[in-house]
Amino acid sequence: MFKILKYSFYDLSRSRWSYVYFFFYLLLGIVLLFLNNNLSNAVITLMNVIIILVPLIGTIFGIMYYYNSREFTELLLAQPIRRSSIFLGQYLGVAISLALSLVLGLGIPFIAYGLFESAIIWDFVSLLTTGMFLTFIFTALAFNIALSNENKIKGFSYAILMWLFLAVIYDGLFLLSLVYFQEYPLDKFSLVATMLNPIDLSRILIILKLDIAALLGYTGAVFKQFFGTGLGFFLAMGMLTLWVILPVLRMVYVAKKKDF
Amino acid sequence: MVTYKGLNKKFAKNVVLNELDLSLRTGGIIAILGPNGSGKTTMIKSLLGMVIPDKGDIQLNDQSIHNQWKYRNNIDYLPQIANFPGNLTVTELINMIKDLRGRTTKDKELIEYFKLEPFLKSKLGTLSGGTKQKVNLVLTFMFDSPLVILDEPTSGLDPISMIRLKELIQKENAKGKTILITSHIMNFVEEVADEIVFLLEGKIYFQGTVAEIKETTGQPDFEHAIASILSDNNV
Repeated sequence: MFKILKYSFYDLSRSRWSYVYFFFYLLLGIVLLFLNNNLSNAVITLMNVIIILVPLIGTIFGIMYYYNSREFTELLLAQPIRRSSIFLGQYLGVAISLALSLVLGLGIPFIAYGLFESAIIWDFVSLLTTGMFLTFIFTALAFNIALSNENKIKGFSYAILMWLFLAVIYDGLFLLSLVYFQEYPLDKFSLVATMLNPIDLSRILIILKLDIAALLGYTGAVFKQFFGTGLGFFLAMGMLTLWVILPVLRMVYVAKKKDF
Repeated sequence: MVTYKGLNKKFAKNVVLNELDLSLRTGGIIAILGPNGSGKTTMIKSLLGMVIPDKGDIQLNDQSIHNQWKYRNNIDYLPQIANFPGNLTVTELINMIKDLRGRTTKDKELIEYFKLEPFLKSKLGTLSGGTKQKVNLVLTFMFDSPLVILDEPTSGLDPISMIRLKELIQKENAKGKTILITSHIMNFVEEVADEIVFLLEGKIYFQGTVAEIKETTGQPDFEHAIASILSDNNV
């Protein structure tokens, strides 16, 4: 697996897009810090960017990488390598290189700004951790979609739809249902609904950590009331981990049964 | 060496392999023939574990290959269409496969044999079809595995390379390797193969030598013998 990981990583490190992604975050970090001059504001703005953009990039990179490396995969399948190693290696190659772009791109300007002397360092770390979780989750989801769709155009459309659904439409539907069923107790429903969307989950996790009550919103408030900050934090982390593990397991399972 | 036992494979509703039983002996040059879509490639790919059969079993040296992967160390495979990652150079690709599969020094010899030196630094995406096929051949023959599978090895090769390929196949066979070939070039098959397996609608229709196939069909010419099988079966 590590050899495949190495080659996927090497392949991506020669791709222009990895650098575009890296420089985008570098620029974003610099602009936010040096024009804003307020660390906690910068962290909140970053949160909003990360929560929408990281899933999108993870999805697109994941799906493009899978389809582009089809030939490479076929070459590997005839070699004495386990199937699961091939796909896990490729998946980790994409996810790790994206996570690295994110961490380095944002980390460098923040360190240059003097982050280590500031109390906000833990908020920043939790922001990067959720960013990494989102990268791993959405890359895995994209690989799942690609494995189940031979047709590139179809696979790509499904992937974008999935992102659109989880990032935008889900919240809308959720809000609508809250308004529509407002006479009923909705605490449990909203808790479950939040757990089922990794983007919502990440948002709540960051806000709980930042402790900004004004930004919590309905679900966040319920979440905090129900679990408290400590338990809520661990629960959200556990759910995010589950969101990584389940798609990866399905990916390995589907890959084992697939014909090439 | 290789035994297929009641192998079945469907793609959607299309039955490709239908209760295929076949046993291949060690040390021969065996040609798998059959019309387009008769299941040749599927048969080979299921031996490599790239296609998972619906039913049945394949054994390599009396070991079932189901859910195994280490046995592929004993197989060299030349895919039908040489699809390589386009942004790698020839040297990088060869080194990568060597890194994945183990040390070998035979690659230099083969590069010289197929006159590939001028292309070593070129990206695979820029190579012509025939040159890609030669790279493909180098990758296949550089490990000394006891079983070599060649799916359409002649595609895109010029006459000189074709002669070299024939010589290479015979040389490797003389070392005791079993060689499995699919091809539509009948002259090529007649010259190299010592056993013919004829596949029709996912089943073995005929297995025997070139002389035997000529005898059963009553045709003096190999190409006509094959054609007569096809026309008798309305293909």
